[in-house]
Amino acid sequence: MLKVSGIDVFYGDLQVLWDVSFVVRDKEIVVLVGANGAGKSTTLKTISGLLKPRKGSIEFDGVRLDHLAPDRVIGQGVVHVPEARRLFREMSVEENLIMGSLSPEAKKKRYETMDWVYQLFPRMKERRKQPAGTMSGGEQQMCAIGRGLMALPKILMFDEPSLGLSPILVQEVFEIAKRINKEGVTVMLVEQNVRQTLAMCDRAYVLENGRVVLEGTGKDLTNNAHVKEAYLGI
Amino acid sequence: MDVFLQTVVAGVLKGGLYTLIGIGMTLIMGVMGIINLAHGQLMMLAMYVTFVLNTMGVDPYVSLFVAMPLLFLLGVVIQKFLLNPLIKVETILPENQVLMTVGIGMVLTEIARFVFSSDYKYITTDYSNRTFYLGKISFSVALTIAFGIALVFTAAMFWFLLKTDLGRSIRATAQDKDAATLMGVNTGRITVITFGLGSGLVAAAGCLLAPVYYIFPDIGGPFTAKAFIITILGGLGSTVGAIFGGVTLGLAESLGATYLGMEYEDIVGLTIFILVLLFLPGGFKRLTKV
Ligand SMILES: Nc1ncnc2c1ncn2[C@@H]1O[C@H](COP(=O)(O)OP(=O)(O)O)[C@@H](O)[C@H]1O
Ligand SMILES: [Mg+2]
Repeated sequence: MLKVSGIDVFYGDLQVLWDVSFVVRDKEIVVLVGANGAGKSTTLKTISGLLKPRKGSIEFDGVRLDHLAPDRVIGQGVVHVPEARRLFREMSVEENLIMGSLSPEAKKKRYETMDWVYQLFPRMKERRKQPAGTMSGGEQQMCAIGRGLMALPKILMFDEPSLGLSPILVQEVFEIAKRINKEGVTVMLVEQNVRQTLAMCDRAYVLENGRVVLEGTGKDLTNNAHVKEAYLGI
Repeated sequence: MDVFLQTVVAGVLKGGLYTLIGIGMTLIMGVMGIINLAHGQLMMLAMYVTFVLNTMGVDPYVSLFVAMPLLFLLGVVIQKFLLNPLIKVETILPENQVLMTVGIGMVLTEIARFVFSSDYKYITTDYSNRTFYLGKISFSVALTIAFGIALVFTAAMFWFLLKTDLGRSIRATAQDKDAATLMGVNTGRITVITFGLGSGLVAAAGCLLAPVYYIFPDIGGPFTAKAFIITILGGLGSTVGAIFGGVTLGLAESLGATYLGMEYEDIVGLTIFILVLLFLPGGFKRLTKV
């Protein structure tokens, strides 16, 4: 279980998150929705250690992630697929996948896991020698997700995987998230695409101006008056 | 025609050494995003190591295996204790690390002057002045051996960068530091290893150059400039580009020396440098795409 408790996060002197708390239980799909600039990416970056909270704590399966060096977080099974993919552009697809499996356990199963990723994304197998930066947005997203899977995640955190993709591809990416979840991986999704993600998740949190303002099941939030007005345009 | 071929051969042989100098600088540039303005001074240090060992009867090619690890360690220490702490200080510009390398270069030069005085030192081996002929073209034995060893080191470096997890982590850090961190790469450690490798490679160049060059404390500066030119020619941070850059500089100097006169050797390099900056700002990387 991932447990974020009362974190305050700053960029220099600028506070971006205020007392943010939420939990993601094992095998759940949880989404954190919010408008552009609400602090969604900041939240994920803090979980994965790129930023440190000034207050509060982050625990995963009893381990304080906020006490770890950022490069040690992935070793706990907490894997972050960052916003805008952030692939190693000049490396091939295959090398990007390899970069996902540096930890000793992941490395041991590297080529096994790679076969699984190629099964999930046959497209990536075709493109395995191609420099990642030369692929289309959708393919790059698949590669980024594949790279995350190579780490054998217990929880996979997606930062706006639908960004810049066509509606069909968005649908496909969400299907993949569900499929990964079915394989036993906890999924945390950060999205501006509120309608579709609320429909597919177990639970959701709404982030506004750096604060969690609402939480509930996907269904509850879809029917919530504030969500309807602010995010669903009804 | 013979003169031309001879000039090209001399240029390519020199280019091999320049590649070794350039790849180290390029790696550091790619990973840390800084120009190491102490690069030539590190090479100078390796030359003195070779010199000292030679007075004890050790062959320069054997000194290689002493100078490289020594300079690797020095590089590690420099990055860990002098450069990395600067990143952590807030509001300090990245330029401060470059300034630090300038300072390090000066300190190394003055230490060398203090210990060895400003006198020119020579290493004379029985192959220092020997040549062999292929047709009418003469090859310096020492430079040919240097070229061969440079080739081996360059190939080994590429194998390391392309085929090992550590090498991939170095490239990943150069391409996207935060993404590398997310993948579990300790990027601080990578910078330390990279500076060590860069120093080790330029140390190799120093050892290989020692039998055919004179050694004095101020030799570092001009070689830092050469390394910088090679890196720019190759397109800042491209290791394949560094080979192009190294060979181009070697050829340009050699052609300049033959057809314009020895005293123009350095001017040719600098002129190409300016032309590339003006007309091909991405360096050869723009043409080779790697
Ligand atoms: N590196 C940064 N430095 C300063 N402010 C930042 C930085 N990154 C994001 N911010 C600010 O923090 C707020 C939250 O950003 P972010 O977490 O990226 O939002 P979201 O992902 O929800 O769109 C925004 O106001 C943004 O301008
Ligand atoms: Mg964001």
